[in-house]
Amino acid sequence: MTTADPGLPEAFAAATRRGATAREVLRAGAVFILLAAMLVGFTVAQPAFIGINNLMSILQAVSVVAILGTGVTVTLAVGGFDLSIGAVAASSVMAASYFMVVWGLDAYATVPLVLLFGAAIGALNALLIVRLKVPDLLATLSVMFLLTGLQLIPTAGRSISRGLILPDGSTASGQYDPLFLLIGRSSLFGVVPLPVVVMATVAIVLFVLTERTRIGRLLYATGGNELATRLAGGATQRLKTLAYVLSGTLASLGGIVVAARVGRGDVSSGASLLMDSVAAALIGFAVFGLRRPNVLGTVVGAVFVGVLLNGLTMLNAPYYTQDFVKGAVLVGALALTYGIGRSRS
Amino acid sequence: MPLLQARELSRSFGSTRALIDLTLSIDPGEIVALMGANGAGKSTFVKILSGVLAPDGGRIVFKDQAYAPRTPAEATRAGVVTVHQSTDLVGIPGLSVADALLLNRFVDPRSPFFVSRRSVRAEAESMLHEAGFALPLDRDFADLPAADRQLVAIARALANRAELLILDEPTASLSTGESQRLYATLKGLKQRGIAILYISHRMADLEALADRVVVLRGGRDVASFDRPVDFDAAIETMIGRPLASARPHARRPHDDPVFELVGARLLPSSEPFDLVLHRGEVVAVTGVLGAGKSRLLSAIFGSGRLAAGTMRLAGRPYRPANPRDAIGAGVAMAGEDRHRSSLMPAGWPGESVAATISLPHLARWYPSGLLRNGIERGKAEAAIDRLGIRADGPDASVWTLSGGNQQKVVLARWEVEPGKLLLLDEPFQGVDVGARHDIIGAIRAHADRATLIATSDPEEAIEVADRVVVLDHHSLRSDLFDKPAS
Repeated sequence: MTTADPGLPEAFAAATRRGATAREVLRAGAVFILLAAMLVGFTVAQPAFIGINNLMSILQAVSVVAILGTGVTVTLAVGGFDLSIGAVAASSVMAASYFMVVWGLDAYATVPLVLLFGAAIGALNALLIVRLKVPDLLATLSVMFLLTGLQLIPTAGRSISRGLILPDGSTASGQYDPLFLLIGRSSLFGVVPLPVVVMATVAIVLFVLTERTRIGRLLYATGGNELATRLAGGATQRLKTLAYVLSGTLASLGGIVVAARVGRGDVSSGASLLMDSVAAALIGFAVFGLRRPNVLGTVVGAVFVGVLLNGLTMLNAPYYTQDFVKGAVLVGALALTYGIGRSRS
Repeated sequence: MPLLQARELSRSFGSTRALIDLTLSIDPGEIVALMGANGAGKSTFVKILSGVLAPDGGRIVFKDQAYAPRTPAEATRAGVVTVHQSTDLVGIPGLSVADALLLNRFVDPRSPFFVSRRSVRAEAESMLHEAGFALPLDRDFADLPAADRQLVAIARALANRAELLILDEPTASLSTGESQRLYATLKGLKQRGIAILYISHRMADLEALADRVVVLRGGRDVASFDRPVDFDAAIETMIGRPLASARPHARRPHDDPVFELVGARLLPSSEPFDLVLHRGEVVAVTGVLGAGKSRLLSAIFGSGRLAAGTMRLAGRPYRPANPRDAIGAGVAMAGEDRHRSSLMPAGWPGESVAATISLPHLARWYPSGLLRNGIERGKAEAAIDRLGIRADGPDASVWTLSGGNQQKVVLARWEVEPGKLLLLDEPFQGVDVGARHDIIGAIRAHADRATLIATSDPEEAIEVADRVVVLDHHSLRSDLFDKPAS
């Protein structure tokens, strides 16, 4: 929750400055009110819920979704959409495992290489969308398929772990670098898991980039009115490319976190990452009542879903209701943002 | 015996009287041209005839019967068909030209439910045969040039047994050759007794076609000129004062050329022309929609290309590859339709007055990249004072401002930093009289740069500029009121 603080008072202050009605405040704060209500409700029902370990495990569980979600947010800000992030994250898991287990690289080489891989996929998306003018959904969807298939080829569809037998019959000799595993398995001061620290850092850096710099202003300007931005001298093609490269890089960062936690290259990892992070970004529209993609909203959206799922699990709700709950939250959040806004005007 | 007689038609919108006691008649086989400045009542009259609007007073007799269509469909059934300016709406990209011809047939619930490619083709062919011209029936509608789209609309009108055809600026987007073909087609229709009401500012059109020119001003029909038409007199009637006094308070001599255009062709087929703009000079370029005004401005701004010719800015060769280059060289443009070309959508970052002004200057004002609010707010406050922008302050959304004040903000964006050449495309669109006065004052206040204004309203051009030039068929004629060359 710490990550949400910088924008929260400001949004409320902005709302009151404009002489906001109660309805507007409600719209701006609805997600937080619900979040508080859930925290209280779950704690009453199950006191173990509010324990620091459980709260940290919630944050750890949503960290990857939040990191990917901020990437989607940036592409939404430029008026695009990146559907390939889930596949980029999953193939980054495979790539990280391959680099270490098959090539025998250490963490210092693996992490930059995987991030470079994500950036390259982002650049490919940008090439298709910006240069070849393929519609964003189609371009990133096809890259998603490409990666989903590509990650199976080097190992002939096998998961990557120590002693993997390669397609040419030889046996892989490397293993996961213990230093790499620390990314997913260690905690700061023994309390805050490192993935949560990564998530918070990403959230703050991207918040500042999108909301407090001229690059951010231009990114949003490109998404708001591309023609106007170009006529004002903005390099819209470069800005869009930047957004997709950022999104790809963040997705591969998410993949690194997953790989470091799981400790093996699983072919099925990252199955639900795409939908969850898109959902987080869309719930983010409702946070602060902004009705637009915004980085903090996305992180809060991811946390919101995480709290809800964790609480329900503690109350013994069956696992198969999870997707239904996520869908209900998304529908509710969007109806709230847009519905209340409409009735006002 | 007139085909259509409109008697004392009136129509008001709130307190604005758009049409006042308009009386007009059209005979079968007659081509009547309607002239008038923006807001003279032309489009209101056309909308009444085509059933989009109902008149407040007066009546229309068509073929000896009272005529009061309540919908465009009713007007079409009665035999009055309007061909609108934007012909992209005639067909659907991806469908064939034959489909476009039969589009309203498909809508008719009495037409057969199953359609085959062959039956569509056969029917479309018979339509074209009746209309008397040829079109490539199997072509995708999207690939059809504007002139042929017009013909699709006309063929459809004829298939509906039109007796009065209303054409709204039909040659606006046509080349000279295409216009000639349209003239021939329309003359053919005239021979068959079809009456045509023709709305155009283009002298060449009127000269080629019009049997009679009716001039509207301030919602009234002020004069009618029979063939051969005295166009000087018609224009004087249209703008409501003699041409001689229409020359503005000249601020010449301007002898310091800032921008030179030599041997420019806007289209490969258009006539080459030269244009020189001087420091401190305000030049207006006028001409009908599609005459090439926006094309000229976007070529200078780097968002389009000249087909041929060279440009010089402050004595140095100037070849912008994109708007960035142009802005870097000191050329700025406020595009036509500010909502599309200049503003961020409501509720989106950058919608405030300050952010709207600062968008092109972010790199200069915030070299570190971090947005510290002070600079853009200060500049915006100064602009609000200087231009008399009515806004709650620099943080107010531009969407809370009136059209005129929005336009002032857009103007402020470009005059807040020094420049060599300012291009304004239709700067008075949706701007009320008071704001218009302020904007003209602000435009004329700058002695350090040249200003080129594109406007389709000759009156506006005269009001704002030191010098007015006319674009016709993508080529420049040096002065507004020269007689047509043809």
